[in-house]
Amino acid sequence: MRVLSLSVSLFLLLALPARAELTLLNVSYDVSRELYKDINPAFAAEWQAKKGASITINQSHGGSSKQALSVAAGLEADVVTMNQSPDIDVLVERGALVAADWKRRFPHESAPYTTVSVFLVRKGNPKGIKDWADLARPGVSVIVPNPKTSGNGRYTYLAAWGQALRKHGNDAAEARKFVAALFRNVPVLDGGGRGATTTFTQRDIGDALVTFENEAALIADELGSDRFEVVYPALTIEAAAPVAVVDKVVDKRGTREAATAYLDFLFSPTGQRIIARHRFRPRYPAVQKQFAARFPAVATFTVENTLGGWAAVQKTHFADGGIYDQIVEHR
Amino acid sequence: MARRHKNVLPGFSLTLGYTLLYLSLIVLIPLAAIFVKSAELSPAEFWKIVSAPRVVASYKVSFGLSLAAAAINSVFGLMLAWSLVRYSFPGKKLVDALVDLPFALPTAVAGIALTALYAGNGWLGKFLETPGPFIGDTLSSLWLLFGGEADSAERLAESCAETLAGFGLKVAYTPLGILVALIFIGLPFVVRTVQPILEDLDMELEEAAASLGARRWQTFRHVLLPILLPALLTGFALAFARAVGEYGSVIFIAGNIPLVSEITPLMIITKLEQYDYVGATAVAAVMLMLSFVLLLAVNILQAWSSRRFRRGRG
Repeated sequence: MRVLSLSVSLFLLLALPARAELTLLNVSYDVSRELYKDINPAFAAEWQAKKGASITINQSHGGSSKQALSVAAGLEADVVTMNQSPDIDVLVERGALVAADWKRRFPHESAPYTTVSVFLVRKGNPKGIKDWADLARPGVSVIVPNPKTSGNGRYTYLAAWGQALRKHGNDAAEARKFVAALFRNVPVLDGGGRGATTTFTQRDIGDALVTFENEAALIADELGSDRFEVVYPALTIEAAAPVAVVDKVVDKRGTREAATAYLDFLFSPTGQRIIARHRFRPRYPAVQKQFAARFPAVATFTVENTLGGWAAVQKTHFADGGIYDQIVEHR
Repeated sequence: MARRHKNVLPGFSLTLGYTLLYLSLIVLIPLAAIFVKSAELSPAEFWKIVSAPRVVASYKVSFGLSLAAAAINSVFGLMLAWSLVRYSFPGKKLVDALVDLPFALPTAVAGIALTALYAGNGWLGKFLETPGPFIGDTLSSLWLLFGGEADSAERLAESCAETLAGFGLKVAYTPLGILVALIFIGLPFVVRTVQPILEDLDMELEEAAASLGARRWQTFRHVLLPILLPALLTGFALAFARAVGEYGSVIFIAGNIPLVSEITPLMIITKLEQYDYVGATAVAAVMLMLSFVLLLAVNILQAWSSRRFRRGRG
């Protein structure tokens, strides 16, 4: 009898919260961990105030493409928040989990914030690194994450390629020469952005680290600005972080309203301020003005407006045997 | 009736059935899935993927270094097991427990720790990459200790640093770093397979050999090694298999430079990142076949060595 009542109460204990509370799963990439740690309670408070009901947001973080694969394979994410649009496009292609027009569902092509690729150099900038051309000089050592396994690395590669294209009047041969010279200066290709940060800051390898502005600012904050300096090149790439509701999952779980409200919150003034505090570039003009000191103006281009979109880039540069492979195989 | 009792032990068909079912569920079906998936490719496409220069270079790195690491572990693991079994010393239990640590440690932690240690600014890497100043300083302080002049001591240190400037050993971010990581993760296998055999080995055997006039080397070569060889080979095979599949620890210390320090598991991950499942399974299939052939060879060698040992005894 006791065993029975115990198991019944245990069952109730397990079953009750699942019924009473609304939960969302946000599947995201690696370095957004700290951002969503702040976004989630703020959104839950707003939801509570508006709807009078509590909501819990669960997070899953990992390499962007790996996370997308998990969702495609059946991880029940209500929303996905990635760092490059191919990782959401893949959910359109595989099992039609996300509607094909996901970019039009939210403002700014469904990307609540952007960031730019910048350089981090050692204090005093002993090698005098000011712009991309300096990274390709002989005798300079540059740390870049592996473009084959990391979104951060792909953006770095494309930033170098795109600015060389602009500089040489769209001459692809010149761009290739420049990127090849740059990658000859790379002694270590770490698997991800954080790995590259460790190599540069903890192992003291390299004269410059090319990474996202938010990561560079975080390093300067956490490890002390007396050791490193951020350098903004004349022209760099703008990386937009896209978000989407996973249609198939929210329809099945009945969470569309909450999931949409959650992503809308990212575009609200409150959400945008949290985003800016985490050193991502906000979209909302008033918030941009408020945090203007943190985000120096820099000329940028995007994959879409200069490099012909992600599908083309993937095919010509990163596919096996593509330009990236050719460059690194003949270093 | 007669047929039924052919085997002395009962339950042969039941255990065989169970063995086949279990092996199929746990090992064969998942592995077969790899071959089925890679069969989506035409033979020409398959060959093009698995024979790409970067992939071929990665086989050499993965299999070459795994074999080297297993071989090194066989020699030093045997020595470790020997001293653990044959001698008693304070803290022996502690050392014994330490051996298992590479099993328990998450491989990423091992990789990061080894990289921190062997990088140019790490405790060990500092001396290995630029041994000149270290050796120079040691020599000059010795010189001072034995009454030399401070002036000449300084010159000694400087000239030492200068002459040795070209002699540095880079470990982290080179294939050598991969070898270090693979030795680390493979060590317990050899020690733990050899240890029980050594424990069962009577010391009288060696004493008898010695009393019959065998030299130490002869005792080892003709008495101990034949008994230990089967277990040693098992340990070698396990350490090798573990090293071939290792990803987590290697990836941090390798540097991952194409054609130089990329391991085959990295090539597979790279393909997965591009959503190229089929290409990834093609490389995985080749890796499996190579591993299977090598492990089979080790097993045949082992069977041969234990047969020879038994014959020699009987």
